[in-house]
Amino acid sequence: MGVTSIFIANRGEIAVRVIRAARELGLRTVQAVSAADGDMLAARLADAVAPVGPAHATKSYLNKEAVVRAALEAGCDAVHPGYGFLSENAEFAQMVEAAGLVFIGPKPETIRQMGDKARARQEAQAAGVPTVPGTEGVVADLDTAKVEAARIGYPVMIKAAAGGGGRGIRVARDEAELSTLFPQASGEARAAFGDGGLYLERFIGRARHIEVQVLGDGERAVHLFERECSLQRRRQKVWEEAPAACLTNEQRLALCASAVRLAERVSYRGAGTLEYLFDDVTGEFFFIEMNTRIQVEHPVTEMVTGVDLVRAMIRIAMGEKLALRQEDIVLRGHAVEARICAEDPTADFRPSPGTVAGLALPGGFGVRFDTLLYAGYTVPPFYDSLLGKLIAHDDSRAAAIARLDRALGELVVEGLPTTAPLHRALAADPAVLAGAVHTRWLEEWLVATPLAAAPASPVPATSA
Amino acid sequence: MAKTIQAPLPGTFYRASAPGEPAFKSEGDAVAVGDTIGLIEVMKSFTPVVAEEAGTLVAFHVENEDAVMAGQPLYDLDA
Repeated sequence: MGVTSIFIANRGEIAVRVIRAARELGLRTVQAVSAADGDMLAARLADAVAPVGPAHATKSYLNKEAVVRAALEAGCDAVHPGYGFLSENAEFAQMVEAAGLVFIGPKPETIRQMGDKARARQEAQAAGVPTVPGTEGVVADLDTAKVEAARIGYPVMIKAAAGGGGRGIRVARDEAELSTLFPQASGEARAAFGDGGLYLERFIGRARHIEVQVLGDGERAVHLFERECSLQRRRQKVWEEAPAACLTNEQRLALCASAVRLAERVSYRGAGTLEYLFDDVTGEFFFIEMNTRIQVEHPVTEMVTGVDLVRAMIRIAMGEKLALRQEDIVLRGHAVEARICAEDPTADFRPSPGTVAGLALPGGFGVRFDTLLYAGYTVPPFYDSLLGKLIAHDDSRAAAIARLDRALGELVVEGLPTTAPLHRALAADPAVLAGAVHTRWLEEWLVATPLAAAPASPVPATSA
Repeated sequence: MAKTIQAPLPGTFYRASAPGEPAFKSEGDAVAVGDTIGLIEVMKSFTPVVAEEAGTLVAFHVENEDAVMAGQPLYDLDA
């Protein structure tokens, strides 16, 4: 397919990432901008910008009609959805294709199939991928839920079939709790997603979050090894690594091979990630869901494999076959990523939009900073708080963490608090250094280890 | 004499707790100290706008889901 010009239907640091990859492929870039984003870094870097609506995302970046229209009017022939926003919206992907444009991602049907967790689970089982013990499909009512929960074993997790990002999830320790929580969860899911469908699965308390990166061309798929993202707060990833140091090589190969089986079974096209829970006591892993898009933490995989994932997904969308063979992809060293957010870790992670009065960026060997920041930029309050991702790569995990800490020490963002001090504390923590963590570790650690307020810095007051 | 109350935070202003829910306050409503007037969403985190003075809400200066800057006029109150 003759792709010459890409419309970037996203914002922030991932828009910058896509522009860079597209430009290296000789492609023109047109950046979608809301009324609040005219001066963002991606808008400055793109060949052209196209307005898509007001500041509020539902009226701009989430407005399917407006985005498709803007892409057509800008003369683009492909759309990159980034992550979040419309990236996993099958209807949007369909509209893009119906308009005669290339959607840089999987087929709409694959997005729909893997976005429905019950269907994704069935596909996983059919591919021989272990899944968490749970219900097959949506649970009709509370009476059925009670029977199923008894079979699965408490504690059980109640999840919205249409949910995501940790929303709509509740844990019931016994039948009494299930009786209270099940109707609540159903009502909430209907309000939030327009679909009250729920399913149940075993709640695994002390698990690690491990995910496998795949690339597919619609026929053949390869894995690019795994990432560990166990350090989370409110089910949002905070710090990610590649590879997962807790796996034996045997476990790694079994896990990654299972991901390739599922990707090939669904004829996966583009870059995707299969998320798993890993029980490091029993060595069991369970597939939980597939994200049918590029992920925030993709750079750690790029650093340890040397594969440019965003470039690869664009080339696949342009109709090329997968250039990589599995045996070409080898792990080299270890990479760690710290998400730098506009939040104050000394004040319960209060959001901190504002103007960047001064900026010093880290650099040097093995350091990468994917960011939306520039000096003088005003971070708007309307979107996600992610400012950038600081990535360090080195021969070993210990060396990568030391390098990350060194780079964090060089980063200065004046004018607004960021989560960088949290990452410096984590980089010095014995449990983090030992890799002895699980998905609830960080929240427990934050309660036990409150960060002291930083010495007064020039932070303009934003609240009355 | 109406008094203009300003937005305490920058973000997106909401007049109801969720789409389809009734507005916290409408023009002409009585306002007591501690009443919730609306919500401001800052980077996906929601902060209630709570009345610090009582009176009658005369007019809103911003619509539901409008962008607001800190210090921007939000509503007028007749004491």
